[in-house]
Amino acid sequence: MLRSLSTFFHGRNAFYIALLLAPPLLWLGTVYLGSLFTLLAQSFYAIDEFTAKVVPELTLKTYRQLFTQPANVDIVVRTVLMAIAVTIASAVIAFPIANYMARYAGPKMKAFFYVGVMLPMWTSYLVKVYAWRLILAKQGIASWAIASLGLERGLDSLLATPVVGGPSLASSYIGMFIVFVYMWLPFMILPLSAALERVPASLLQASADLGARPGQTFRNVVVPLALPGLAAGSIFTFSLTLGDYIIPSVVGAPGYFVGMMVYQQQGTAGNMPLAAAFSVVPIVLIALYLSLAKRLGAFDAL
Amino acid sequence: MTAAIELKDASRAFGTVVALDRVSLTIAPGEFFALLGPSGSGKTTCLRLIAGFDHPDSGTILLDGEDVTDVPPYDRNVNTVFQDYALFPHMSVAENVAYGLRVRRVGAAERAGRAREMLELVRLGDFGDRRPGQLSGGQKQRVALARALINRPNVLLLDEPLGALDLKLREEMQAELKGLQQRLGITFVFVTHDQGEALSMADRVAVFSQGRIEQLDTPRGLYTRPRTAFVASFVGSANVVEGPEAERLTGRREPFAIRPELIEVIAVDQQAPSGAISCTGTLEDVLYHGSSSRCHVRIDEHTTLAVARAESVAGTPLPPQGSRVRLAWRAESMVPLQAG
Repeated sequence: MLRSLSTFFHGRNAFYIALLLAPPLLWLGTVYLGSLFTLLAQSFYAIDEFTAKVVPELTLKTYRQLFTQPANVDIVVRTVLMAIAVTIASAVIAFPIANYMARYAGPKMKAFFYVGVMLPMWTSYLVKVYAWRLILAKQGIASWAIASLGLERGLDSLLATPVVGGPSLASSYIGMFIVFVYMWLPFMILPLSAALERVPASLLQASADLGARPGQTFRNVVVPLALPGLAAGSIFTFSLTLGDYIIPSVVGAPGYFVGMMVYQQQGTAGNMPLAAAFSVVPIVLIALYLSLAKRLGAFDAL
Repeated sequence: MTAAIELKDASRAFGTVVALDRVSLTIAPGEFFALLGPSGSGKTTCLRLIAGFDHPDSGTILLDGEDVTDVPPYDRNVNTVFQDYALFPHMSVAENVAYGLRVRRVGAAERAGRAREMLELVRLGDFGDRRPGQLSGGQKQRVALARALINRPNVLLLDEPLGALDLKLREEMQAELKGLQQRLGITFVFVTHDQGEALSMADRVAVFSQGRIEQLDTPRGLYTRPRTAFVASFVGSANVVEGPEAERLTGRREPFAIRPELIEVIAVDQQAPSGAISCTGTLEDVLYHGSSSRCHVRIDEHTTLAVARAESVAGTPLPPQGSRVRLAWRAESMVPLQAG
């Protein structure tokens, strides 16, 4: 019976593949893409001014509202700037760690680093965010540590910086930035070290052999070949920051972020079209970012 | 004349494994020098020390009479062709070749011109715009060669340069490398485990075994006067006879080597020429190779000798397997070996 079945499939590759792929494709198609397109469609729906009910009439009014109301534009700009800052900082911090993991660490050290990088991801996200609020609070452990190092002045002048500063780390954009970087760093380290691991040591030796100093080898060989990993990692850090609504509502200055806006509009405000329009923003930004990365050759070495 | 490369008592161990054991070596400018040995014999470690990718635990390395033991690879006037070619996948062929100039901050126009010149030298003039991924193994090899030569090094190091190529291409590249070396007049040091390659290309060969140089000689010297049993059987093939068998055949206990092609097979009842060493044995097997055939003859319970015979159309064929035959060779064909 089984034999005749396998004989039947032999040579009918397309049929076999279709059979295997049908369930996951159905799942992906309906649950992921289907709901995404429903969301997209919702952003073009109108809202009845009197009853505040969503009516399926196509309109660009929501987008006009998104891009012309200064408050909404502020939210988008604020979120994007934060996402860029978090991505750059994550990349800068992750690179040496990933490079060490990929090139220098022995098998034991490497395992230790992998666990060390992933362990924080296994604990509750909310617990970590609230812990950070306490750490960064005015009388918290961070300001205590800074004070005992005699660096209070530095912290004070940092918090006195307009826009990013605030009364304490926990209620400033600097604090929010620190928590974001803490949260998303593993998502940068892992793809980056995977990409660096695929760079053969002989390429680095060849570069040195041809006269490149370590800095030149890093710029000309290591970074270009790590670009796919850097692109993958930055997509994580960028999009996670764009979409998050918990960190900005627990830590940092009171200004709204895209994620919070989506949460509020579809929840309490019941403005589904505006929430949908806000959630289209990260999608479009990531798509732009990917096409830019592709044009810059980030995926050429794949 | 100062030596192009000199190693003095260089040692290198990895953990408990001694890769290189107090090796001293002098390579003259313009020489085509081969480091020959089985894997793990220390030949690649030796090359890496010269290139500067590795540091000796003790001993010194001199290039052009200058101590470079602590000089990093980017400050040595030595370039390397890697076994896996190590072409940069994110650069075009021309960019790969010009890399050595780029990191030395040579202007873009001169870079392009010299890269083109180098590519023409290796007969890949029109391939500058391609990516390394689009090239065949032989083409990658040539790009690696052009890239290593663009800085006009005094010494070119080649790590198993032909290892990944198929037989036909390998023979072509052997002739090409040899010609290139003669035209450029720079020192070539190449690592290989293929004794045929070492014999046909090199001016001198250092045979490595277990981290030491077993013998350093010209190819002809290595083949005709191997000093040890290892060299005798690693370079070409040889019958190594020692102990009681040696005594029975020659009257002395010292081990000796005899090349298969220097042994003659004659009929068992025929008289050996005067002065020749002779013995009888059983013909065990015959392998036909076209231009020659090889057979094994058992002369006593411990010893079989390999014999190679040039095949000629008119030659008498060997007797059938299992026959008794007489072997004979001239006394001066035997090479005495160091015991050990």
